[in-house]
Amino acid sequence: MPSAPMNKPEAVVPTAVERDAIAEHRLRERKRWRNCLLFTLLCGACLVLDIATGPSMLSPWDVLRSLLDIGERPAMTDTIVHDLRLPVALMALAVGASLGAGGAQMQTLLNNPMASPYTLGMAAAAGFGAALSLAFGSFGLGPLIGVPLGAFACSMLAVLFLFALATLRHAGSHTIILGGIAMLFLFQSLLSLVQFLSSPELSQQILFWLFGNLGKATWTTLGITAGVTLLCCVILMGDAWKLAALSLGETRAVSLGVNIRVLRLKILILVAVMTATATSFVGVIGFVGLVSPHIARMMVGEDQRFLLPLSAICGAFMLSAASVLSKSIVPGALFPIGIVTAIVGVPFLLWLIFAPQRGRS
Amino acid sequence: MIQLDNLALARSGRTILHGLSATLQPGAIHVVLGPNGTGKTTLLRAMAGDLPLAGGAITHGEHSRGAQAPGRRVLEAWRRDFAYMPQDCSTEVSLSVLEVVVLGNLGQIGLRLDDAQLQRAMEKLSQVGIAHLAGRSIGSLSGGQRQMAFFAQVLMREPKVMLLDEPVSALDLRHQIALLDRVRQETSSRNLVTVVVLHDLNLACQYADNLLVLVDGKLAASGHPGEIVTAELLQSTYGVAVDILKDRQGRPVVQPLSAQAFA
Repeated sequence: MPSAPMNKPEAVVPTAVERDAIAEHRLRERKRWRNCLLFTLLCGACLVLDIATGPSMLSPWDVLRSLLDIGERPAMTDTIVHDLRLPVALMALAVGASLGAGGAQMQTLLNNPMASPYTLGMAAAAGFGAALSLAFGSFGLGPLIGVPLGAFACSMLAVLFLFALATLRHAGSHTIILGGIAMLFLFQSLLSLVQFLSSPELSQQILFWLFGNLGKATWTTLGITAGVTLLCCVILMGDAWKLAALSLGETRAVSLGVNIRVLRLKILILVAVMTATATSFVGVIGFVGLVSPHIARMMVGEDQRFLLPLSAICGAFMLSAASVLSKSIVPGALFPIGIVTAIVGVPFLLWLIFAPQRGRS
Repeated sequence: MIQLDNLALARSGRTILHGLSATLQPGAIHVVLGPNGTGKTTLLRAMAGDLPLAGGAITHGEHSRGAQAPGRRVLEAWRRDFAYMPQDCSTEVSLSVLEVVVLGNLGQIGLRLDDAQLQRAMEKLSQVGIAHLAGRSIGSLSGGQRQMAFFAQVLMREPKVMLLDEPVSALDLRHQIALLDRVRQETSSRNLVTVVVLHDLNLACQYADNLLVLVDGKLAASGHPGEIVTAELLQSTYGVAVDILKDRQGRPVVQPLSAQAFA
């Protein structure tokens, strides 16, 4: 390719090289759009499969017909699809999206591939909060409100500590990560303590909550989770370029006009609200928040305009797929989804680490 | 014009620079020289608004900053006029060079990049001479190519004040000259206040309209290189004996002497 002359005067008419580079850029953008579209379609397919699998297996075509309200299908299908399985299947997508988007934001914000709401202790804190709430009889609010509330409150408590760290003038991203890991250990020990002190029945209940269970989803909890996730993601999109600047290093981001402390606080709170909402309704689900941003990054690079939505879409796809798996490993039985995501997630993560670096961005 | 008035700077409680007063005229290249660790980077970052002042004041146009921490709005307005290029250009991020340059305009870009912005970024890349690298990932470039890409990002900001921290440290001779020629041209055509930290004394003498020599946290000398660069100054600054020659334009050329030359 010819190199442009060194000291040419101010160009007014774009040269061929310049025009080509811009066209190439547009091509890359279109490719990123295509990747987003592809994974959205995968999500749709997974949603249909997720609805179809269960104690009584439905035909995916019947599910599709029922969802779109066209053609003939068995009488029971509509009831099973709309009343029983649709909210749960949609919850898988919403929670996955929330965890995926949250993970992507944390990884970029802290410039660390291991950051995720889970590794920063938010999930452990939620678990502790839920356990505490179960131990104290849901604070008299009934388990449907009390347990999520306890989980949410404790999750926020953990984030508050990270917040305090982030406001310190000299705190780098390493400080925040270490603080998060400290929170993870603290709340895990506290959780063990609650389990140790409680009766076997209660301990069983706590354990069941910790496994993660989408089956608890109702239209109300789905609405709240999806609404909060969507709202947070829309706000986060507004900072897409600032985050991209931050990925070039903190000094450079500051010189480009990014107020890092404000950005950190804003993103921490949005991610915390988003993921704590999801976690408090369905329990602890690991790995989705860690892995889906990595998949997304392989496809669209660090362009945050695409990384955030694609991470959310990948997360939704992963959790929906995990939900299908959790119902089909042992036919008729429901495997806790939190176990499935980790067991499937680990080999997948290892493959990502050891797979040769393909053409990025 | 930038006025440094009895400036004092500190990093984690330790005073690095003090009693620094200077007037930096627009349309001129001001080169900061000095041994390692004398606070050249600290000075640039303080001017850019990244670091608070320990004492004194910096005045830029009608804005002025003192030891009191400025409010967020004041600081944002201040930063808008400045483009600071940090010394460290290492990054492994997978953003294309074009995207990195576009980021120079962070305040004005929306979610969709319009053609005019991309066009302007490409012009800057052409001016720096790396238009052919626009589509490459910034992380895959060599250190020198990255340095030029980040310089294009600085140009993209179209600042009133350009602060460059060792902008040619990774460049070969041809690109050193190309980049500094571009700095000179931008400085005079846009009437910028340009402050450059350099370690190469000969490049400094050749490109500087005004030299600022920092030693032990103080301004040891300042002025046109032809007037202030003497063997004594450099001996006391770096502790190295030198011969000063003159090039065909009468600018000083510095020839360091190895310790054996005295033996």
